[in-house]
Amino acid sequence: MEFKHKDIIALRDLNREEIELLLATAENMREINSRDIKKVPTLRGKTIINLFYEASTRTRTSFEIAAKRLSADTVNISPSTSSSTKGETLADTALNLLAMKPDIIVMRHAVSGSHYFLSKKLPNCSIINAGDGAHEHPSQGLLDMLTMKDRFGRLDNLKVAIVGDITHSRVARSNIQGLTKMGSRVFLAGPPTMMPPGVERLGNVTVCATMKEAIQDSDVVMMLRIQQERQGKTLMPNTREYSRYFGLNPENLKLAKPDAMVMHPGPINRGVEMSSYVVDGGQSHILKQVENGVAVRMAMLYHVCGGELE
Amino acid sequence: MADNTTVLLDESGIKRALTRISHEILERNKGVRDIALIGIRSGGAHLAEEIGNCMEVIEGERVPVGAVDITLYRDDIKSHGAHLPVGKTDISFSLEAKRVVLVDDVLFTGRTIRAAMDALMDHGRPSSIQLAVLIDRGHRELPIRADFVGRNVPTSLKENVAVMFDEKNKPIAVVLEK
Repeated sequence: MEFKHKDIIALRDLNREEIELLLATAENMREINSRDIKKVPTLRGKTIINLFYEASTRTRTSFEIAAKRLSADTVNISPSTSSSTKGETLADTALNLLAMKPDIIVMRHAVSGSHYFLSKKLPNCSIINAGDGAHEHPSQGLLDMLTMKDRFGRLDNLKVAIVGDITHSRVARSNIQGLTKMGSRVFLAGPPTMMPPGVERLGNVTVCATMKEAIQDSDVVMMLRIQQERQGKTLMPNTREYSRYFGLNPENLKLAKPDAMVMHPGPINRGVEMSSYVVDGGQSHILKQVENGVAVRMAMLYHVCGGELE
Repeated sequence: MADNTTVLLDESGIKRALTRISHEILERNKGVRDIALIGIRSGGAHLAEEIGNCMEVIEGERVPVGAVDITLYRDDIKSHGAHLPVGKTDISFSLEAKRVVLVDDVLFTGRTIRAAMDALMDHGRPSSIQLAVLIDRGHRELPIRADFVGRNVPTSLKENVAVMFDEKNKPIAVVLEK
């Protein structure tokens, strides 16, 4: 199995074998993160630009640590310090960055699909998607799958419930793409105003009328953050009502399998989509997800560097 | 087996070579004290297990055995096109002040050994590193030599030397492919 892509923009673009290769590489990269000297010389001399048009702590830091552990040089550009505030277009920013000869650009952008545009503009540079609008967040999907694989030893025949604002969630889309390719079933629940029409067409996906139905006998309960910054005011009456119908608490968690794992991509709104009892409880794998994030991103950076440039 | 391959060592030949190497390691180091065996994935890691077992039979004491994967330390990472899969480095003990015996199946250009030594140094500071190989086929490109050699085999650059393992990772043959 060879990884031939120069970009990782969406898990939709990868096949099952490619996803398995990325996860296997990530599993073996983890050993580096437990050493005293957390660095290997693999990407020495490579320049990686982290271009974040949207706020991010976890993902940006995780990509930066991943790059540094592989000995690449990293530069971070965020909107408040970039020329985009002065009106520069993405195309112009890209061409200017290209003049500095980066090997990989890791970008987060509010517009879905902007990475495909960037990839066409920059044929000699690898593009990694760190989240684009409501499209995909492939590194999150992969680290979620790695965390599930750690727990169950497999990724097929799992029942995974994803609950919350599906419409605005790129995390949900990447997980749906990845998990259904690996042979698992995804059950979605959320307020009808936050459920995109036609989401069933993405794969082995079932839209449930209630949260109870989705998490019943599930192996994984993945809760999504209520993205108040992306929503208008009209999608839900108030957070208390949301929490009552779509919040995870110790009571409704009992509906899932006894050893079910609880996941959340973060940042968490405690008391809204999840009660603190669940966040800090024994079934929570939230910090494990963050830990796996570094290894998964190391694997992504490693494999895109060996991909075929056009 | 096809006509263009020659068997250099069979199963019992490999066993005798590894037994001799085990004795030599013990003799040189005056016993098992502070010795750690590290095999290079994948062939070397299997052979390190064999040498470890052999030394236990001789001395009645088990030395720590680990495995190192050198993919991330290769110097030819660019020339391969698609990046190679990364194997697991498994060193569950400290290398600090250990006499490390690095084990590989075939010593050729020496570049793998260079990469493995760099990898070991990132894990700690061993007091010394010695090198044990089953086959030395020559053609060194770096100033590296083995301390313990199973068999020296003069080869041409067109030939290939491979150590074959069975499904239990036991070495069964060394073959020269023309």
